[in-house]
Amino acid sequence: MKRKIINISRPRQMTLWERAYLPEAVRGLYTTLRHVFMKKVTVEYPDEEMPIHENFRALHRLNTDDDGNLLCVACMLCATVCPANCITIVAGESDDPDIEKYPVSYDIDMGRCIFCGFCEEACPKAAIELTKNYRLADYDKSTFKYDKEQLSNTPITRRKKE
Amino acid sequence: MTSNEIIKIVIIVAATLAKIGVIMTLTLGMVPILTWLERRGAAFIQDRLGPNRTSIFGIALFGLIQPIADAVKLIFKEDVQPRNADKFLFNFAPMLIVFGVLITFSVIPFGPDIVIELTGEDPKTITIPLQLADINAGMIFALAFSSFATYAILLGGWASNNKYSILGALRSSAQMISYEITMGLSLIGLFMMFKTVSINEIVIGQGQFLWGIVWQPVGFILFLVTAMIESNRVPFDMPEADSEIVAGFHTEYSSMKFAMYFMGEYAAMVVLSGLIVTLFLGGWQLPFVDITELVKNQYLCALLGFSIFFGKVLFFLWFFVWTRWTFPRFRFDQIMNLGWKILFPLGLVNLLVTALFVLLYWDKVESFFNNISFFAG
Repeated sequence: MKRKIINISRPRQMTLWERAYLPEAVRGLYTTLRHVFMKKVTVEYPDEEMPIHENFRALHRLNTDDDGNLLCVACMLCATVCPANCITIVAGESDDPDIEKYPVSYDIDMGRCIFCGFCEEACPKAAIELTKNYRLADYDKSTFKYDKEQLSNTPITRRKKE
Repeated sequence: MTSNEIIKIVIIVAATLAKIGVIMTLTLGMVPILTWLERRGAAFIQDRLGPNRTSIFGIALFGLIQPIADAVKLIFKEDVQPRNADKFLFNFAPMLIVFGVLITFSVIPFGPDIVIELTGEDPKTITIPLQLADINAGMIFALAFSSFATYAILLGGWASNNKYSILGALRSSAQMISYEITMGLSLIGLFMMFKTVSINEIVIGQGQFLWGIVWQPVGFILFLVTAMIESNRVPFDMPEADSEIVAGFHTEYSSMKFAMYFMGEYAAMVVLSGLIVTLFLGGWQLPFVDITELVKNQYLCALLGFSIFFGKVLFFLWFFVWTRWTFPRFRFDQIMNLGWKILFPLGLVNLLVTALFVLLYWDKVESFFNNISFFAG
């Protein structure tokens, strides 16, 4: 077997001045001292936030019409398209003659949701929408099941869609 | 005993207690501030902000509350003791490190003398030096007790019955042998020039002539480096070596026993800075200005002297933090090389040159400085 020779370029020899250590040590001290007065990169999170992308997808919102009724017609398209299977809809017959069905319950399990936005794309009524509210952390796993009430109360933070 | 004598004793006792208070505040009281300085300094050097959110009733004081939180946490931690540890030595070693550090500070002067006048017969005045113990062999005392920390580390590492602890302890003792000689050598030049080993006289001598750093630049650098090695901090943190042997000698220590090692280490920084300032930077004096003549009120003068001393010490404390976050760690054998092959010969050469200088020229230097009133102390 033929051996493969790899040439590695070694760093150059240090000069006498550099090997004396102290001058270079002083230079190092100067470098670190300069950094003391530089702008800090820390973002103090709850007080200030990192800028997020204009199309950042986070917590869902169930949109309502002017009377406060949900736009959702319980067509199940979102629940069908959802790759994470996190949307559970129980449909009921609507009293309104113009609308066939309405969601009796509409739950999204945020613990499972992957925020892909397919539900939003699939929705024919623009009834569901992903907002920019990303502060979803909580102490208890059971709180991650968001129901119809919670989802329709999500603050509106519109994303800029492509 | 006359009433005059009783008053004298009361004054001396009160002054001594006050001085002990000052020393305790300067060493142990500085520890929380130093941890704050360390963490914030590290953060600022790394372009971060560091701990600044701990607050009491919304008062954060740039994170100065953080050490209180740390202390509370350490107090409430479980105090674990290994089953096969040597019980007595395991508990004794952390005390020893704090003791050694505190007692070293007793010979460091931190201000000009205060003269208290008494009404009545002679002697009418008491001179109170702002120094706990004016020992005529003060520097030797300081050198002896400042290396006490090594004993504490050795005992603690040995008593823990842990392989990492004993490795740390062994490293500490090996390191001590390689720097301690240079530390002594770097000071002999000063002793020869000022013809004394009393710390107080060295300080006054620096006021009369020039600061030690001017006469002994090499000695200053040697002492600075050896002081950094002695403080067991990051470029030379062989006994701890977090990245190699867990936590070295204090692997098995927890809760307040760990805190005592911690306090010892940080208080040692204060003491070493104090020694550097006293020996090479004129202690509580300003260059070219005699503060005892500048400020007539002796109490104000003492306060001014103390703040000058404290300011210089603060600079060196920052210097310790600064170097810690600037230099990469030395390997164990590199420290040995540095100690034996570089620092030690350098110390000997420095000693020789200083000896020749003192022998040939010191008379002229002395008469020169005695003739000009500019420096007269």
